[in-house]
Formats: sequence, C-alpha cells, structure tokens
Amino acid sequence: MSQSLKIENLHATVDGIEILKGLTLEVPKGEVHAIMGPNGSGKSTLSKVMAGHEDYTVTAGSVMLDDINLLELEIDERSRAGFFLAFQYPHEIPGVSNANFLRAARQARLPKGEEVDAVAFYKEMYLKMDELGMDRKFTGRSVNEGFSGGEKKRNEILQMMMLEPKYAVLDETDSGLDIDALKVVAEGVNTMRSPERGFLIITHYQRLLDYIVPDVVHVMFDGRIIKTGGKDLALELEEKGYDWVTKELVPA
Amino acid sequence: MADSATLEAVNIDQDEGNFSYPEDYAHDAGYGLNEGTVDYISNIKGEAEWIREFRHKALKIFFAKPMPTHWASKDLENIIFNDIRYYLSKGQAPTRSWDEVPDDVKKTFERLGIPEKERKYLAGVEAQFDSEAAYSNVKEELTKEGVIFVNSTEGLREHPEIFRKWFGKVIPTGDNKFSALNSAVFSGGSFIYVPPGLKVKHPLQAYFRINAENFGQFERTLIIVDEGAEVTYMEGCTAPKFETATLHSAVVELVAMKDAKIQYITVQNWSNNVFNLVTKRGLAHENAEIRWIDCNIGSRLTMKYPGVIMKGRKARGEVISIALANNGQHQDTGAKMIHAADETTSNIVAKSISVGTGQSTYRGQVHIPKHLKGCKNNTECDALLINSSSRTDTYPAITVRGNQHSTQHEASVSQVSEDQIFYMKQRGLSEGEAMSLSVNGFVNDLVREFPMEYSVELKRLIDMEMEGSVG
Repeated sequence: MSQSLKIENLHATVDGIEILKGLTLEVPKGEVHAIMGPNGSGKSTLSKVMAGHEDYTVTAGSVMLDDINLLELEIDERSRAGFFLAFQYPHEIPGVSNANFLRAARQARLPKGEEVDAVAFYKEMYLKMDELGMDRKFTGRSVNEGFSGGEKKRNEILQMMMLEPKYAVLDETDSGLDIDALKVVAEGVNTMRSPERGFLIITHYQRLLDYIVPDVVHVMFDGRIIKTGGKDLALELEEKGYDWVTKELVPA
Repeated sequence: MADSATLEAVNIDQDEGNFSYPEDYAHDAGYGLNEGTVDYISNIKGEAEWIREFRHKALKIFFAKPMPTHWASKDLENIIFNDIRYYLSKGQAPTRSWDEVPDDVKKTFERLGIPEKERKYLAGVEAQFDSEAAYSNVKEELTKEGVIFVNSTEGLREHPEIFRKWFGKVIPTGDNKFSALNSAVFSGGSFIYVPPGLKVKHPLQAYFRINAENFGQFERTLIIVDEGAEVTYMEGCTAPKFETATLHSAVVELVAMKDAKIQYITVQNWSNNVFNLVTKRGLAHENAEIRWIDCNIGSRLTMKYPGVIMKGRKARGEVISIALANNGQHQDTGAKMIHAADETTSNIVAKSISVGTGQSTYRGQVHIPKHLKGCKNNTECDALLINSSSRTDTYPAITVRGNQHSTQHEASVSQVSEDQIFYMKQRGLSEGEAMSLSVNGFVNDLVREFPMEYSVELKRLIDMEMEGSVG
C-alpha cells in the first residue's frame, strides 16, 4: 500500500483554458513539501482541483491519496477520506457558530447512529484553541464572519487540528498575516507534523518556510513543477527572485 | 362516529345545494355555509342571543365581501366554500385508523421524535390529545392566581363581563373576508384573562386544556392581559398536522392593558393542501408591549400579517417571523404596525426561505400619522432563495407623515453561495448537510427567540425540509 499524496501528470482547465499542464509531485506521509511560484503559475488552481471544486475540469492525470483515487470522489468524500484544504480566503457561514460547524464536520465522520460526545468535543476544542491562542468566544461566533485575516487563518488551522487529516494542503496560509500570527499558525502546523501525516504548503513567499521548515521545495511555473530541491531552494528563490525561475529554468 | 349512510346523506344534500343535517347526527353541521349552519353552531353551543346575532351579521358581511384576489393570490379562487364542513364537534371529527396514515407522515413523526400519543392525535387517528393528567397541576395553579384559561364557547358563556367588551373589537368582523368567515362559524380557540400585576411564569399552551379544539379550522382566540401583567402563549407544533380540512381561518385578538406584556408564539407546519388564512392583531395600551413570534412552514397558501395597534403612549409592537415555502407552496406573510400614539415603537424582522418552486412574499404595513411625535419603526426583511426556480417578493408599505419620527428599512435577498457550500463540503459535510446548516444559520438569530424545545424541533424540521432540495 502506498503511503503518499501522489499527483501524476495532472491537467486541468477552467472555462476551457488549461491551467495545470501536466503537474507531477509526490508527498510521502511524514514529509512537509512546499510549492513556491509566481502569481498566476496555477498554485491555487492545484489546491482547488485536488479538493474537487466544480469550476475546474480535470482533463488528464491522477491524484492518489494513499490507495484512493481522489478524483473519483465527491468533494465531501475527499474530505472524509483524509484530505484537508486550508483556504486562502476562508468563506463566511453566517449564523453558524464555529463550534456547531466543527461538530457537524466531526459528526459527518461518524458511522450512522453514533453521536459526537459533546463534552469530550468541547474539551478537545478548547485545548486546541488555547494552543492557537484563540479566545473561547470564537466558539460562539459565526464561522469567519467579521474575523480579521489572521483570525480566519487561525480558524483554518483549528479546523485542521480538529479534523486530523492524513494530508493537508495549505493554500497561501501566510498571506495577510502579521509576524505574530504567522508564528502561531506555523506552530500549529508544526505540532501536527507526524509520520502519519503529509503537508503540502503553497506559498508565494519564503517567509513562512522560516517557521515551517519543509523537507522538499517545489517550484511551480505555468502549470508544472519546474524544479524540485531541498529547503535551501526556497532561500535561493527568495534571493534571486522569480525572474530567475522564468528565465533560467523554463526551457525555451 | 359518522357512519357511511350519514355521510352519504350529507353528500346528497350538498349536491342538491340545500343545507340539511340528519337529526341523529347531532354534531356535524354538514357541508356548505348558510344561515342554517350558523344557527346550528349557535344552538349546539347554547350561545347567548348577542353571539348568534354577531354570527349572522358576520355571515352577511362574508357573503358581501369579494375575495381579495386583486392584491393577493388568484389561488384563493380555488377555495370551494360549499365543499367545507364548518362545524364538527369533538368525537365527530373525521377519524381514520393508524394504518391509513400515509407512510411519509408516520416517518416524519418518528424523525421529529413526537411522542406516540401525540402522533396519533396529529395524524387524526384520535380526535383529542388528552393532556389533562399532565397539565392539571398547572391549570389549578393558574386558576388560584385568577387566570381564566378556557375555550371560546366557555369564555363567552361563563365570563361575558370580561370578554364581551373586547370580543371582535381588535379585529372587526368586516376587517377582511376571512375574519368575517371566522366570526360567523368560529369554534374552539383560547380565551384568556390575566389579572392585574400577575406575571404568568410558564408559557400557556393550547394543549393545556382537555377540550383542545385549538387545532380546529375556525378557532377564535382572545387574550386580555390586565395592567402590569405578563403572559406568553404558544400555539402549534412542528409536526405536520395531517389535515383533511383544506381551509384554516383563525382570528386571534390580543389586548394588552397599561404596562402589560404579551408574547404570542406560533409554530405551524401545515400539510400542503391547506389554505391558512389567519387574522392576528393586538391592541397595546400605554407602555404595553405585544410581540408576535411566528413561524410558518408548509400549507398550500398562507396569508398572515400579525399586527399591533399601538394605542397608548410608549406602546411597543414587534413581529418576528420565519417563513419557509417548499415546492408548490406560497407563504404570503408580513406584519402591520399601526402607530396611534406618541413615542410608540415597532420592530419587524422577517426572514423567508424559498425552496424548489416555493414562493415567499413579505407584505408589510407601517403607519405613522402626521399628528404624532417621537415614533420609531425598524423593518428588516431578508429572503433566502435555495434554487433557481424559487421566488420571493417584498411589498413594504411604510407610511410616515410628519418629521418627528424615525424609521429604518432594510431588505435583502440572498442565495447560499456556491463557494460557501464548497467550503463546507471540503470539511466533510454532504451537500444536503451543508445546505441545512446554512439555512439554519440564516434564521438562527430568530430561532433563538423561540422557547428551547421549539427551537430544537425547528432545526430538525428545517433539516428535513432541505432534504431533496439540492442535487
């Protein structure tokens, strides 16, 4: 049985325009990989295609979560199979409290007839909120409604911690965060690093990778991975800029 | 119990267009409506002459008034008044065996967690829900405190000195065609009087009384709360009432004397063959407060605009309303706020959800005349559309004259965004679960106004209504 999140030759279009053009990469369980790339290289598209967003059409390739063909599953089935996406722009759910939303998500993972143990659930949630430095009043507030950018991202990490996915994709989680919030979010991710879990961190800037040190760094451009290296690749990229990638690495 | 021969006899009479009822069938007014029907009801109830006259006068008005189809729905033309029975006493209600109750209705009861005994009542298997044993203590306590809590017949017969003064005064017979109809043939309903200064601790519920004719077709309710007293009244339940009768037309009048408070809570889930045409209005004296909290689910057509007439200085009126229109249903609901004294305040918050081909309409009237000062109104109406075939309309009529008032009006129409659903599904919720949660979120702030047990049932009910709405 394979133990990885494996993307092979993935092609995807939106409104008939091809965005992903044969992307291949593999995140083995226990590793943290980063994808860096300039704006418009298709990073966010990749995350949405993996999650199953209906605006995107997969025209070729595969995404395997261990032995499960992710692309054959519905959006919610992918989630329950262990795939988690931390959104770049988390949506608001007016009138639905954070606690109720998380509880519903946990409930959806239980066999029919079983109920979430409310006491244990709250205990666990409070513990994790403490780790993320989230005030308890957030449990009663509507999901992401009126949250600051930093609060929304923390909330994404809280959801990830509560749902304990096998593989998590973080889409530009660092955008809009000040340095303190960034540290808290990074710490949350670091506590979840485990031999049982893989991470794919999508980011435009190297900054986040100071706090979440990746095992592997991929450079994405024009819908493909054009270079893969160790954590130093991120630093090199930061130093030389994306021009270096586009000019030096893309075969003419 | 109606035997088949009797039913047949009644049916034949109906075909001939003549009203008659067999002597041996003493508790059924038969089909159709004329003076004989009214006399029949009056006789059965042993009513005083003034009530009989009240009924007859109402019948004339009913016949004289046209259907309000020019502003409301043409669907009203489909009510066939001659096909309706206007009075069935308890024990004579049409009965059926449990086996005859449709499976989907049984399943709904089960899923809502309705107790066995109530299920049978709601399904029309038992004519009565006998709750005397459970509630006799409450009733005794109320009586000791001087609260009168009886049905309309008893109220008018035993306590005319209290009820006659206000009966038909808040909602005059001729207010509309259906208030006239109710005034002609009413039976059942609650008549309540709360003495000065008494704050009734527990909400009064329609089924507290053994003679619960409350779910009748033409119930009549009158609640008078004396100076400084307070009461909460609740009617209905979230289970779908399995109706054979297709017309429900109630009149509810509230009177809050100086400094009194009345909260009237309704949760109704009608089966989708029912025309639910109800007139509800309260009269608030000085510094009194009347709140209507109203939840309408189901029915073929509901027309209901609870109102408050703020007659005394600093009186307050409020309508909080949730309407859910599913396939083939039309919820035409709203509020009427009539400011008739200085410094009166009214608040309307209405939320509607249209699912499938469901249609919801908000119709509001706020009236503040020129000679008053310091009046305030706030109106918010929000509509949520679930499918592209769903429909919503808003008709707010706010008439404010003079410049010493403050009014606010906000209206919104929204759809649950696809991105919101995508987000929720990414967390593992199915499309149906995501939609239910979103809809519950939309009405959440209003559901909180309902008592706990109602709000839990409401949430479950919305979950069930949302099933099959997506995909």
